[in-house]
Amino acid sequence: MSKIYFLPSHEYARIDEQNPDIAYVGITPYAASQLGNVVYVDMPEADDDVVAGEEFGAIESVKAASDLFSPVSGAVIEINEHLLDNPRLINQDPIENWIIKVQMSDSSELEKLLDAEAYDALCKSEKH
Amino acid sequence: MNTQLYDKLIFELSRPGCRGYALPDENRADEGLGDIKTLPEQLLRESEPELPRVDEPTLVRHYTNSSTNNFGVDTGFYPLGSCTMKYNPKINEELAAGFASELHPLQPADTVQGALEVYWRLQKALSTIGGMAEFTLNPHAGAQGELTGLMVIKSYHNSREDYGRTRILVPDSAHGTNPASAACAGYEVVEVHSMPDGTVDVEDLKSKLDSSVAALMMTNPNTVGMFERNIPVIAEAVHAVGALLYYDGANLNPLLGVARPGDMGFDVMHINLHKTFATPHGGGGPGAGPVGVRAGLEQFLPNPRVLQAPDGTLYVNEQDSACGRVSAWLGNYTVFVKALAYIYTLGACGLRYVGPLATLNANYIMHSLCDLYELPIPGPCKHEFVFDGLKDKSTGVTTLNIAKALLDCGFHAPTIYFPLLFHESLMIEPTETESRRTLDDFISAMRDIAGRAASEPDSVRTEPHHTPVRHPDDTEAALHPRLTWSDLKC
Repeated sequence: MSKIYFLPSHEYARIDEQNPDIAYVGITPYAASQLGNVVYVDMPEADDDVVAGEEFGAIESVKAASDLFSPVSGAVIEINEHLLDNPRLINQDPIENWIIKVQMSDSSELEKLLDAEAYDALCKSEKH
Repeated sequence: MNTQLYDKLIFELSRPGCRGYALPDENRADEGLGDIKTLPEQLLRESEPELPRVDEPTLVRHYTNSSTNNFGVDTGFYPLGSCTMKYNPKINEELAAGFASELHPLQPADTVQGALEVYWRLQKALSTIGGMAEFTLNPHAGAQGELTGLMVIKSYHNSREDYGRTRILVPDSAHGTNPASAACAGYEVVEVHSMPDGTVDVEDLKSKLDSSVAALMMTNPNTVGMFERNIPVIAEAVHAVGALLYYDGANLNPLLGVARPGDMGFDVMHINLHKTFATPHGGGGPGAGPVGVRAGLEQFLPNPRVLQAPDGTLYVNEQDSACGRVSAWLGNYTVFVKALAYIYTLGACGLRYVGPLATLNANYIMHSLCDLYELPIPGPCKHEFVFDGLKDKSTGVTTLNIAKALLDCGFHAPTIYFPLLFHESLMIEPTETESRRTLDDFISAMRDIAGRAASEPDSVRTEPHHTPVRHPDDTEAALHPRLTWSDLKC
């Protein structure tokens, strides 16, 4: 199974199984369930740069609009165009339906992110 | 026909050949249109416009039946958090309807001294209530007031040739209009975090304050209904870096006649007359968002302004130092008549009861429901408070379900999913104008819904059963909005 890392703001970086310098970035199942049905995803364009911890887009649901923060730095090599027509794919499977694919410029940044266990604990503490 | 469930569009009633008018002479109808036949070919329609064709009684019944589907403070309790849906006294409507419609905005000032006096007196009354030096009444709504206030702030910094202030700080509990207004005014928005009790995190604020900050926008009491106790410290820190402090007046109601934003150190503020001063709200408006400033900022208020000459006559003035113009004329005049009538009816003594009574009503509901609903920030609150859904999360009944179920009980839903600090926000503001009996009816409806959420959750989730529209597909509506009859026909 591919490695996955998390930001406390509920974005993940899932590492490509073939290429350890490529990460798929999206929002976590917990974030998707809290947002409710997603109606719009504002994404960067391919070749844009993203910076770890900084905003790269926004996601809008029937309940709220939230900024998206990138867990990693690098260049966007692909955006998930399926989300343009059908943003609800995120509610069906947010891990499978990543938002951007990033060529990481510094994979040591991953060490600063949460692992699955730490992220799980964070979600539990948010649930009261 | 069950008029309670009336849900037709005028287009659905249209029948070919029907009409509700008769022209005097069909054959001469074109004459009145002048040179229409000389219009260029490409500007002429090729087909008939698709207008609804109905007879006059059908037309009148359609609009009359549609109007009965309206819900307002005149039909029922409307506890919409952060909106101050208080009762709008009918005497104020009578007064506003009296003479304002006879006036023209271009009339010479000496022919409208009485009308200008209403304007001038309201400016003065609001200045006294807000603790400000001067007010403009020109902005047409709260959000436009925010934008105007930020334009004043920008003009102030520019007048000092202080051009490096590009950022506006906004707490994460703020109304969505704050960051939107700041962005409209050309500023970068920076979020300030809240403490667990919902008030501004002063340390986080201080870490973000520097000479690039133009202003901090605050709502006090804030959107979770808590008074910002650290306001003197906050005001001092903001002023220490040369920035200004902006007061969002959406929550002025609990402070009315008790405390003044000017005394707390705020430099610029707006007031929603359609909230705090009992003029009609929403579709019943129009609104008005007067903006007040402390001494030293008056010259930046937008044009035109109503001023008093030394001999006591009132005149309309324009000046170059103004931040610009935000309205064609002097704002929504009839709203000012209603607001001034409200202030004079209550008087200084009466106004002092508004805030405490609004606060008492909110705390009464909060205490009567906090055993069944999750209260993330323990009270006492000010004029409103926020529940984070039901206490018992195992039922699967959400805040949306509760809000929908309330509609069947004859109540307007509270504000839901705002503020964003909690996942299941349910924000309740009863205002001071509701009686104990109304509050008790609401409390018992809320307790009943909580009880049924535990015993029959599926039933609660399918409510409401008695409204014309029950469960619109809000995802589909956001994704593919059908806004016109042509969209709907497809």
